[in-house]
Amino acid sequence: MKVAVLALQGAFIEHEQMLKRLGVESFEVRKLSDWQKPKDGLILPGGESTVQMRLMASLQLFDPIRQAINEGLPVFGTCAGMILLSEGRLGTMDVRVRRNAYGRQLGSFHAYGQVEGIGDDVPMTFIRAPYIDEVLSPRCRPLAVLDHHIVAAQQGRQLATSFHPELDCDLRLHQYFVQMLAS
Amino acid sequence: MVNERQKLNRQLAQMLKGGVIMDVTTPEQARIAEEAGACAVMALERIPADIRAAGGVSRMSDPKMIRGIQDAVSIPVMAKCRIGHIAEAQILQAIEIDYIDESEVLSPADNIYHIDKTRFDVPFVCGAKNLGEALRRIAEGATMIRTKGEPGTGDVVQAVSHMRMMQSEIRRLVGMSEDELYEAAKQLQAPYDLVRYVHENGKLPVVNFAAGGVATPADAALMMQLGAEGVFVGSGIFKSGNPQKRAAAIVQAVTNYQDAKLLAELSEDLGEAMVGINEQEIELLMAERGK
Repeated sequence: MKVAVLALQGAFIEHEQMLKRLGVESFEVRKLSDWQKPKDGLILPGGESTVQMRLMASLQLFDPIRQAINEGLPVFGTCAGMILLSEGRLGTMDVRVRRNAYGRQLGSFHAYGQVEGIGDDVPMTFIRAPYIDEVLSPRCRPLAVLDHHIVAAQQGRQLATSFHPELDCDLRLHQYFVQMLAS
Repeated sequence: MVNERQKLNRQLAQMLKGGVIMDVTTPEQARIAEEAGACAVMALERIPADIRAAGGVSRMSDPKMIRGIQDAVSIPVMAKCRIGHIAEAQILQAIEIDYIDESEVLSPADNIYHIDKTRFDVPFVCGAKNLGEALRRIAEGATMIRTKGEPGTGDVVQAVSHMRMMQSEIRRLVGMSEDELYEAAKQLQAPYDLVRYVHENGKLPVVNFAAGGVATPADAALMMQLGAEGVFVGSGIFKSGNPQKRAAAIVQAVTNYQDAKLLAELSEDLGEAMVGINEQEIELLMAERGK
């Protein structure tokens, strides 16, 4: 099993380390030739979504990535990655996302919350984080709600979180994604 | 040791990795930088090259000007305060800046003490020429480090020597036996627990960017190859012939810093680079401020 990690900008190494701890191989995608390698899934990491969007476009990665997800490639997006999956960007997930929903860096915080199918004590690190303003179709299922805002969701083989499981030592969400690859 | 807030602040720096932080002086420049793919902007009234040219005392920027830039973009906005100027830092925290650069580019306010950054909720980035300086700043609460380089020169030589120095000192610590670390801490004039962290992990406990004199996509790629986790570009963009194009090219160069063929394409037709002055021609070495 091999997972592609979008490595244009942001905290992609942290995801690679999580996968390594689970015994799953990964490789970095920085350009089209990287993307063309065989893969069983894709991780869209945290970082700045505006930067990642721009680089995806200028490196001709935007259309192929969107197509692969639409054709069923499992994908896991965290923070900026969730924004990329949302309406108006890649648009593969039927969600409307609010960027910087908790304000500037002084609004960043850490919490524990419940994620459906994972547990009720999942560590959640929010860094200038977005949340899901609106789920646009019944195909998309909210997995976690914190203070009345949706902070995790799943649509088929697409998984997205507002927070950064890659920054905490809890492997459960990555484990969940890896199981999704196997199914 | 590291409180919750500092942890979150270190983590914001992690999100900036692989990105370019650009100096901007107006909302218009900030929008150009964001559009070109900057992962954050540094709001300041004068870029370092102009600070050098103007001389005199250089201070924190007008909060109104900083707020104008905060309103113009959605990416993180940073701003500089003078070394040791606690009140300037408090003001920047009050306007909810995303990162404070306690910077040698401005005139130092204190010749002995840096700000105790552990007392703030807002994060700080600080410059360093070597590992000892970096670890002292981290002990004071900095949650991100950058090389000092020699700002406003367009000459990358100092950023290179600072990054090489840090990396070689890190490698030296990694190779030491545990009982040698106490003496190493003494020589580095840095806390033992941070020295031990570097020995065990082979890196700083915070993100380390390159800064000071980066002017071209090749400069940015060079710094990444030397171990920088991202790049600050100060005067290099808006002192050049075609800021939009140069900014976008530097952003791409940081992502694909090992792809020489792409770097060649990115380096084409960028117009005039900032003229630059080299270290021997300048009277004021900003990197010597704040050790």
